[in-house]
Amino acid sequence: MTCLPTTTDRKLGLAIDLDTCVGCHACVISCKGWNAGDDGAGLGDADPYGADPLGAFLNRVHTFEVQPEDAPAQIVHFPKSCLHCDDAPCVTVCPTGASLKRTEDGIVLVNEADCIGCGLCAWACPYGAREMDPVAKVMRKCTLCVDRIYNDALPEEDRIPACVRTCPAGARHFGDFADPDSHVSRLTAERGGFALMPEQGTRPVNRYLPPRPRDRAPEVPMLTPVAEEPTGFLAWLDRALEKL
Amino acid sequence: MHPAPSVILFTSLSGLGFGLLVFLGLGLPPVTGWVAFVFWLIGYVLACGGLIASTFHLGHPERALKAFTQWRSSWLSREAWGSVIALVLMAITGIGAVFLGARWALPGVLGALVCLGTVFITSMIYAQLKSVPRWHSAWTPLLFLAISLAGGALLAGQASVAVPLLLLAGAVQIVAWFAGDRAMGRSGTTLATATGLGPKVRLLAPPHTGPNYLTQEMVFVIGRKHATRLRAIALLLMSVLPVILLLLPFHHLLGLLAVLFHVAGVVVSRWLFFAEAEHVVGLYYGQR
Repeated sequence: MTCLPTTTDRKLGLAIDLDTCVGCHACVISCKGWNAGDDGAGLGDADPYGADPLGAFLNRVHTFEVQPEDAPAQIVHFPKSCLHCDDAPCVTVCPTGASLKRTEDGIVLVNEADCIGCGLCAWACPYGAREMDPVAKVMRKCTLCVDRIYNDALPEEDRIPACVRTCPAGARHFGDFADPDSHVSRLTAERGGFALMPEQGTRPVNRYLPPRPRDRAPEVPMLTPVAEEPTGFLAWLDRALEKL
Repeated sequence: MHPAPSVILFTSLSGLGFGLLVFLGLGLPPVTGWVAFVFWLIGYVLACGGLIASTFHLGHPERALKAFTQWRSSWLSREAWGSVIALVLMAITGIGAVFLGARWALPGVLGALVCLGTVFITSMIYAQLKSVPRWHSAWTPLLFLAISLAGGALLAGQASVAVPLLLLAGAVQIVAWFAGDRAMGRSGTTLATATGLGPKVRLLAPPHTGPNYLTQEMVFVIGRKHATRLRAIALLLMSVLPVILLLLPFHHLLGLLAVLFHVAGVVVSRWLFFAEAEHVVGLYYGQR
């Protein structure tokens, strides 16, 4: 059903630390690997080994440059995947009921068997979180690894999203934002975690932790020049060249 | 947004077809028999042709019937219902006019209302998208309705109604363009709100070196440099020339020319509607 639930029992999502992310793209590859290797329809690539490859990804890392007025420019790596919005516009626009937000944990999913591949949900998402599979011709999106987090066949430490499990910097945190004592809720409160594009009214669940203020080099006065006027051979050369 | 031929044809042709059916439903012109058959045929070919064109871009058109299920929340699903109800009501009216020589007012007026409603629903598929500020405006449904009614009046041969409607459509189009030009700025969405990284931020490196579905579908920047010229061409073809032709002494050839000009103008206007619309996701890619 594409009507949104008024509330969800839990709000599972990610807290992404922009201070810690080193931009290695391991989460991108891990996500692609887990989902492409899935028993389902996979995560397709058109012309993967050709001159013009085009693939679907559920997680992409952008790199931005912040230019403070009074400090050197700063690089911020910015991983972006579905934010599992409470007011998900991608869900309500779906004509077939393929797009849904789960009442039990708030995860936004696509039921691929019902998807007609019209692409309207991808248009409705302001974040670019949905991509059409160029091979299967159905819409793909982050599932928050719903096939890992409840999977008893996996060791307990693997029952988290693939991107979180693989991040070598520990920049990605998975948890329940509805629980104020959860790891992600506390991180968000401590670090001033924020939502993306709040003015779009989507009420995303995922939070981004801002880069910490950088250390500044201490203000050291310039050394006084030891010689204003050249002397010796160089002075003679300087005078000789002037005369030419 | 990528101006896909399927959506341009869908919105232009079905808008025109439903516009004609609005007038036929109201008994303008009051035709019966073979003449009515031809009028209804044109209306159905345009409306159904547009609807069929809209299925061309679907990844799985064989599942299209599922699109009738989510009318509570989805304008696209409402479009499916509106189209079918409008076509059924107008078919009943058509059977009366073509085979029985009767002009049934009840299904006709109801059909005309649902045809108009369907054009409104089509426009809401676009106007509902907050992620595309240019479309997220009352001007989108007003524009679709004005163009549909003007084209319908023109096709129905109602010159006295068509002239003011064509002028109205042209005026709404001009206002919609200029309001749309300011929409991105007014939306409040910038790279600063998109990233939370402060006012001075720019893209240093995109996620991948190649294009992806998002950049192909939603970041269309080609052809915008000709936008001003194309706007003039659209306005000229869609409104100005048909009005001049309608004001000349009546001749069937001039009427046909007016229709052809108008349709060409609407197609150019619809191409601009998509090509000029900027999706906020372009901010993440340093492109608009």
